[in-house]
Amino acid sequence: MNQTRYIELFSNPDSVRLLDIPVLDYPAFLAFLDQLMGEEGTHCVAYFALPQAETFRFICCMAADENHALVIFSHEQPRNPLPSLPSITARHFQFHVFEREIFENTGIKFPDHPWLKPVRFPFQRADHSNIIDNYPFYSIEGEELHEVGVGPIHAGIIEPGYFRFICHGEEVLHLEIQLGFQHRGIEHLFVENQQLLYQSILAENITGDTAIGHSLAFTGVVESLAGIHVSSSLAIERTVALELERIAVHIGDTAALCTDIAYQFGQVVNEALRTIVINTTQLWCGNRFGKGLIRPSKTNYPLSLDIVKVILKNLEEVEKRYLQVTDRIFTLSSVLGRFENMGKLTPKQATLIGTVGMAARSSGMYRDIRWSHPFSAFTDHPYEPAMLQKGDVWSRALLRKLEVEKSIEIIRKLLKNFMIDHSEFQNYETVNQKSNIINSGLAPLSLAISLVEGWRGEICHVAVTDNSGKMAFYKIKDPSLHNWMALALAVRNQEISDFPLCNKSFNLSYCGNDL
Amino acid sequence: MGFVLVIAAALFFPGIIIRVKSLLSGRKGPGIMQPWRNILLLLRKGNVISTTTSYIFRLAPTIYLCTILCAILLLPFPGVPSLLGFEGDFVLFAYMLALGKFLFIISAMDTGSSFEGMGASREALYSMLAEPAFFILFGTLALLTGFSSMQPIFDSFQFAGHNSFILGFIAVYLLIQIAMIENSRMPIDDPKTHLELTMIHEVMILDHSGFDLALIHIGTALKFSMYGLLIANFLIPPQFPLIIRILLFFVVQVTMAVLIGLMESFRARKKLAKNPQFIVTLSSIGLVAFILVLLITFKMIG
Repeated sequence: MNQTRYIELFSNPDSVRLLDIPVLDYPAFLAFLDQLMGEEGTHCVAYFALPQAETFRFICCMAADENHALVIFSHEQPRNPLPSLPSITARHFQFHVFEREIFENTGIKFPDHPWLKPVRFPFQRADHSNIIDNYPFYSIEGEELHEVGVGPIHAGIIEPGYFRFICHGEEVLHLEIQLGFQHRGIEHLFVENQQLLYQSILAENITGDTAIGHSLAFTGVVESLAGIHVSSSLAIERTVALELERIAVHIGDTAALCTDIAYQFGQVVNEALRTIVINTTQLWCGNRFGKGLIRPSKTNYPLSLDIVKVILKNLEEVEKRYLQVTDRIFTLSSVLGRFENMGKLTPKQATLIGTVGMAARSSGMYRDIRWSHPFSAFTDHPYEPAMLQKGDVWSRALLRKLEVEKSIEIIRKLLKNFMIDHSEFQNYETVNQKSNIINSGLAPLSLAISLVEGWRGEICHVAVTDNSGKMAFYKIKDPSLHNWMALALAVRNQEISDFPLCNKSFNLSYCGNDL
Repeated sequence: MGFVLVIAAALFFPGIIIRVKSLLSGRKGPGIMQPWRNILLLLRKGNVISTTTSYIFRLAPTIYLCTILCAILLLPFPGVPSLLGFEGDFVLFAYMLALGKFLFIISAMDTGSSFEGMGASREALYSMLAEPAFFILFGTLALLTGFSSMQPIFDSFQFAGHNSFILGFIAVYLLIQIAMIENSRMPIDDPKTHLELTMIHEVMILDHSGFDLALIHIGTALKFSMYGLLIANFLIPPQFPLIIRILLFFVVQVTMAVLIGLMESFRARKKLAKNPQFIVTLSSIGLVAFILVLLITFKMIG
């Protein structure tokens, strides 16, 4: 009977014909979801309403970490009249943002949803009277309470977002984060222009700090739909790029954490180290953030032995100095006084809201796509995630250090293989530079899903094609979508002056949420 | 005498701190006089005044600067009496500064900004806690020397024997820490931060601009060298020739600026909630000195 309730995918990225995804009725859908959520490590990576001629098809993609599988199932609701559904959020809180998104886009109501607020005010939203100025903020009445509004212009002019604190003196009782100021309609643009180069560049710009992560996810989706198998050398190259991005951002974040506690020494040393890493990427592909490096089924910048040597040499230097400076940082009492026990996200909270990525791993969750759903070179080179239990700023800072070490280790291992097998890759450049994607075309009426562990956490791209093999629907999930709620919970009962440090320790993306 | 020298020292004090910090972070850093060039630039600019504010907002920077100037007039230079010295002048000195601070706090409240309100409440708390440390210190000195005016205190302190060495050390340490608190520097506050939520002093001057802002910056620079003079009073023996005393005075000022630059480079700022504990520690150090003096002078009769 189970065969009819869901379809399981065991590779990442993978695609499936839409017809093969079982359609359940809503109570059965909920019952099956309850069953899945009862299993350890199962979490939702995508849940969206696919508009069809007369119905909305609600497709839910769950990642079952323990089985290394993706479970996909769906239910269907009429477009006219719009139904009113009992919400999943009331049972499993991690669905809150997916249901908010569905409500905002389609107008389908979830009467028992506890937090049915706008996500990003898309252009084609169901209710146009919902505008950014009348966001329904939560408020608490009280003589001794005061509200502090921060934004939407960020003090460091990073990105726009509005934070409203409800405080009792210096203590934060509640933080509400309003985003959506940067909505660009990226998902829509993917469908509007089907040119591959256009889409690749678009994917790189979903969030500027995860250019490689997002373009890798996009590439996975396209390659899976076109049925292209990626050569192992190309997979190694992409993985090296992804890990370089992780190293650069983690070191940059270590610097930023030091800035926020006014520890100048840690700040300047780490900033200099980050520059070495991003300049290495620049040497390889001409862009410090790796834009232009990842392209579907091919590469424009094949890795040469010279570049491999430079990468290895620079990483050795970075590793030596980074370990020295982090050794100083994590033994300095004045730094530990700021990091420890601050902005705690308990493992229970983290699980409840479906935290992903490094924020989850520093709150005791064993959640890493590189381990649970290996992609690119991780299929041949298994990865063991680093994990910490405490869930405070200290854990998130220390986890960055551990991940940098691990990433350097991975790159060394991959490049060693690459060098040994380089004779095998003699015709590597010619093979990898030829793009055959245009000839083969995309599979019609299919759904492709691609998961990538970016430096921030799991990135999920889903594409659905129409009957002529064109993209009809595109869905992006940046890890920030889940993790903003983690930040809101972590600052509760903290001092308001510690908020910037907590915020930096998560380093979430505004535009990744706004799309 | 002291007045002129304090102003001279104030010219390069902030520049040295910034220079030390930038050298330590591997940058060349701006010229020593850059803070004053910025101040001159601000002096030429007009004020932008928020419509929600009253006359207090406009009055505060001027009075702030005046109180600091008056406070400096109360300070002696080693071996040279102060302009306005009298019995108990250190009380007026402390409350002169407190008056400036008080006006500052109400002017921050005047803007109605939630940030400035927070900054004002933090500043009020910390200066309230730092006050006992200052008075315990001067009480101790008055007890030891038997005078209650700053100039004779310092004069006789130098001759009070070997005990003055340890007491001088405690006093200098306390005064440097009090100066850091009063000037809202590390570890209490971070003058470089761009994050309003963590600021104390910086957030209070967010709404000030142009000429008023320049007055505030001048006040801050003067405050530094004023504490430098206070410390110099402990360290420089008044019997030295005047020219040596003046040279030593500048050595003390430069050392203090370099020291502040060093302290700010190699440590992190404290958690805001831990600040009161830290400041109260200063008072307890002062109390230790006080008991020490009671023992020395046999005033504690068992």
